[in-house]
Amino acid sequence: MRVTPQGRILVLDVPEWPGNLAGQHLDLRLTAEDGYQAVRSYSIASFGDGTTVELAVDMLPDGEVSPYLVEDVEPGDMLEVRGPLGNFFVWRDSQTEPVQLIAGGSGIVPLVSIARAHRAAASTAKFRMLYSVRAPEDAYYASELAELVDDSFALDWVYTRTAPVGFARAAARITRADIEASTLPVADNPLVYVCGPTGFVEAVARILVDLGHPAERIKTERFGGK
Amino acid sequence: MPEHAHQVDVPVTRVDGNAAAGPLGEILRLDITTAIGRCRHCGSAAPLSEAIVERDDDGVILLCRSCGHTLVTYLSRAGRQYLEFAGLLSLSTA
Repeated sequence: MRVTPQGRILVLDVPEWPGNLAGQHLDLRLTAEDGYQAVRSYSIASFGDGTTVELAVDMLPDGEVSPYLVEDVEPGDMLEVRGPLGNFFVWRDSQTEPVQLIAGGSGIVPLVSIARAHRAAASTAKFRMLYSVRAPEDAYYASELAELVDDSFALDWVYTRTAPVGFARAAARITRADIEASTLPVADNPLVYVCGPTGFVEAVARILVDLGHPAERIKTERFGGK
Repeated sequence: MPEHAHQVDVPVTRVDGNAAAGPLGEILRLDITTAIGRCRHCGSAAPLSEAIVERDDDGVILLCRSCGHTLVTYLSRAGRQYLEFAGLLSLSTA
């Protein structure tokens, strides 16, 4: 299912899948007919028990793997995956502290998993999400995220190129003022999860530290860029 | 993205230490990316998940985010896997 101009959600049926924590990833390996293999890591949007694994994949124009996953792969095709992987960028429903989630672009995927787990556990831990996208049509899971909003889950948007009509903030890259205005304050001592392109994560993490968040309370996951 | 987790998709990709969990786990059979690694060169300490990771079809290199020196290299060649801890002075729990 194509859900954004460049992205697709894939649902994999993995009979041996042992379940996964919210925020984990898997490695996906493709083998060409000549034997050439390429491995890429993808965050998992689903969590918990079950053998259905959901990914959201952005197509990178010069990519070797993502164009196949976004444009070519069909229901019934076989893919080789390994996982779940990673125990650092995860959230467990035993965690009770406030959580700030900050996503850039397709960095939303592991944070959707965490937000879903928070809802599924009926956790009362205070959650807030800030999601930066180029334009409204580039957002993954926009309607689902809107439905998650309640007393313990707040959602804020940053648009970097095109904002919806009537949106108060002009389209621009995320700034210190955005983070100050639209994230949990240092006084709440939140655990902060930041995921996105490397430049985005570095910029956001720098601002968070500058605002007084302890570095050890900031968990990051980066992809791409310099 | 996560690619890695994440979505980097060219032959040499720069991600971070989260994406090293799979390759390193091939040899170690456990996930050391949550551990705090200390750099032998500059002495800074951070979770290995925060390291810079460069990945290609043969392996993975973890670089210190503070000074850029190589912490760990992982190589997969001809069906064997190799792990070298060139610049990783120590690992500790978080």
